[in-house]
Amino acid sequence: MTNLAISLLIGVLTGAGVYLVLRAQTFPVVLGLTLMSYGVNLFLFTMGRLHTAAPAVVGATEQSADALPQALVLTAIVIAFAMTAFVIVLALKARAALGNDHVDGTHIAQANRVLNRHEEPRA
Amino acid sequence: MTANLISLLVLLPIALTAILTMTGQRAPTLSRGLSLAGVIVLLVVSVGLLLGGHGDTPRVIELGSWAAPFGIVWVFDRLSGLMVVLTSVVALLSLVYAIRRDEDSAGPHFHALFQAQLFGLNGAFLTGDLFNLFVFFEVLLLASYGLLLHGSGRKRTRAGFHYVVVNLIGSTLFLFAVGALYGTVGSLNLADITLKLPDVAPDAVPIVTTAIFLLFTVFLIKGAAFPLYLWLPGAYGYASIPVAALFAIMTKVGLYSVLRVDSVMLSGNTVGGLVETTTLIAPWLLWLGLITLLLAALGVVAARFVRRQVAYLIIASVGTILIALGLVTGPEREMALSGALFYWIHTTVLSAGFFLLAGLMMRHRSQAGDEIEAAPPMPHAILVGSLFFAYAIAMAGLPPLTGFFGKIIILSAALDHPLLAPIFAVVLISGLIMVIALARAGSRLFYQSQATPGHPADRAVDGKGPMPGLGMAILPLALAALMVVGAQPLSSWLEQTAGQIAQPADYIDAVMPHGVLHPETAPGKFGQDYDGGHH
Repeated sequence: MTNLAISLLIGVLTGAGVYLVLRAQTFPVVLGLTLMSYGVNLFLFTMGRLHTAAPAVVGATEQSADALPQALVLTAIVIAFAMTAFVIVLALKARAALGNDHVDGTHIAQANRVLNRHEEPRA
Repeated sequence: MTANLISLLVLLPIALTAILTMTGQRAPTLSRGLSLAGVIVLLVVSVGLLLGGHGDTPRVIELGSWAAPFGIVWVFDRLSGLMVVLTSVVALLSLVYAIRRDEDSAGPHFHALFQAQLFGLNGAFLTGDLFNLFVFFEVLLLASYGLLLHGSGRKRTRAGFHYVVVNLIGSTLFLFAVGALYGTVGSLNLADITLKLPDVAPDAVPIVTTAIFLLFTVFLIKGAAFPLYLWLPGAYGYASIPVAALFAIMTKVGLYSVLRVDSVMLSGNTVGGLVETTTLIAPWLLWLGLITLLLAALGVVAARFVRRQVAYLIIASVGTILIALGLVTGPEREMALSGALFYWIHTTVLSAGFFLLAGLMMRHRSQAGDEIEAAPPMPHAILVGSLFFAYAIAMAGLPPLTGFFGKIIILSAALDHPLLAPIFAVVLISGLIMVIALARAGSRLFYQSQATPGHPADRAVDGKGPMPGLGMAILPLALAALMVVGAQPLSSWLEQTAGQIAQPADYIDAVMPHGVLHPETAPGKFGQDYDGGHH
């Protein structure tokens, strides 16, 4: 039951992440990357199998949890955190430099061109 | 002593990163000196280690003296040594160019990021552990994000955003692959995984196979293979010139990981007795290489800027190397590998040099920059034009320069391969397409140069002015000429290197001298029969 819940959670997080990454605005893309990293962090954590009452210390109890996935997930969290911070700054910079938050920096320019085309006869 | 020198290859750049972050723009001359000295030391040490024969048997460094698989290991053998040498050569070219043309002062922390990049690159080449490889990938990527955005600009920012997002998705996939491998095989050490793959439980075999494919997908994103190369022309085409030149080694990290993981982790085993590993990846590499090469050749034709053209030439070289790596299941395994390595050296050094040449055109060709359009003649037009001609010959793979020899070795390794016809057709046709495209670009750039009177801003600069950084565009060609002159000793050295790659048992023995310590692979049982007293 717990396994199913965790699997579903990882799947939903990753699926939502993939969906958001495919959006055209930078902010959903950043959110999507964040959700994907949550999904993968949970996935890494469960790779040590799910235990209860099993500390990651050998010999303390009869069954010990695998400490390695915990170390991996800690590293992955730190890296994902740094990357998220970086990509947010980059998205803001792109918004400032390109004048819009489209991932290709185009859609408002295109929209303007369409608008201008309509306005030309009147001008 | 040797172990210390090998560790220096990784530790020196990170130490310099820390120092350069502090000196930065406060002491630009000092920063330049430190950065340059660091790269020269890397070059001298890595060449010295290889010439001293220290890579002839894989040399293992156990971090914190924890034996594999409990600790992380770095492995220095001929392949990783060669990669570090290549990194240092490209870094030296790029750094001298950046300093001579004052491009390093276009933004803060160029040198710190540059050294961080070298730290990530050298670490990725030396590590023998999958998760450590992930960490070094992240280091080199984060540094490359900073370097790519160095100097700002709208198009650069947009290309940078694409590059960052693609690579972050790649990193996520990498973690999924690594996690799934650890959860099923129970190790992250390459050599240890190799030994444990046959004992995977039958119901875990599909997961392991999926994880392996996922892992190679990630490597091919970094390596820019079809259909995952679309990020490259934008990123490389809009990066500042020294950065683009340094990035010539970046696709090679992906290819190196493909080669290393395929040749060690998937060497002559089965996954749980069900899936054959030696033929799991290589056939895919061959086909992907063929498609990549053909599409990249079309990209070379379509490119409107020299920088973009060089970016597509890099993708074409990725295709060629993938074809060679795909041939390792064929009868001429070692010849394919040594051909791949020869071509590898050639393309890394020359594409870096070609980027630098494109940079010179961009700065000195009045308003046209490196756009492939008629424009007033640039200063030193004859010299620059001759250099362009030489680069074009070398990169398109015409004799007498290095690209030709690399292709010849690879094609002769394909002679007995069942897919001989498509391989020859694609390599030769794409070569022809690239020759035509480069010839057209060259004649546009250098023959159709007309002075346009009445446009003072567009008039050619007089032919004699200084052109800083020109030497760095000449040096790679000199190296290529040296490779042709010294082809005999070089190719025999590369054949021995290929022999070492084809004998992964040495690598595995060096990392895991006692074989598998724990046949039970399920995590959770991990600690019970390990008494912690290995030393």
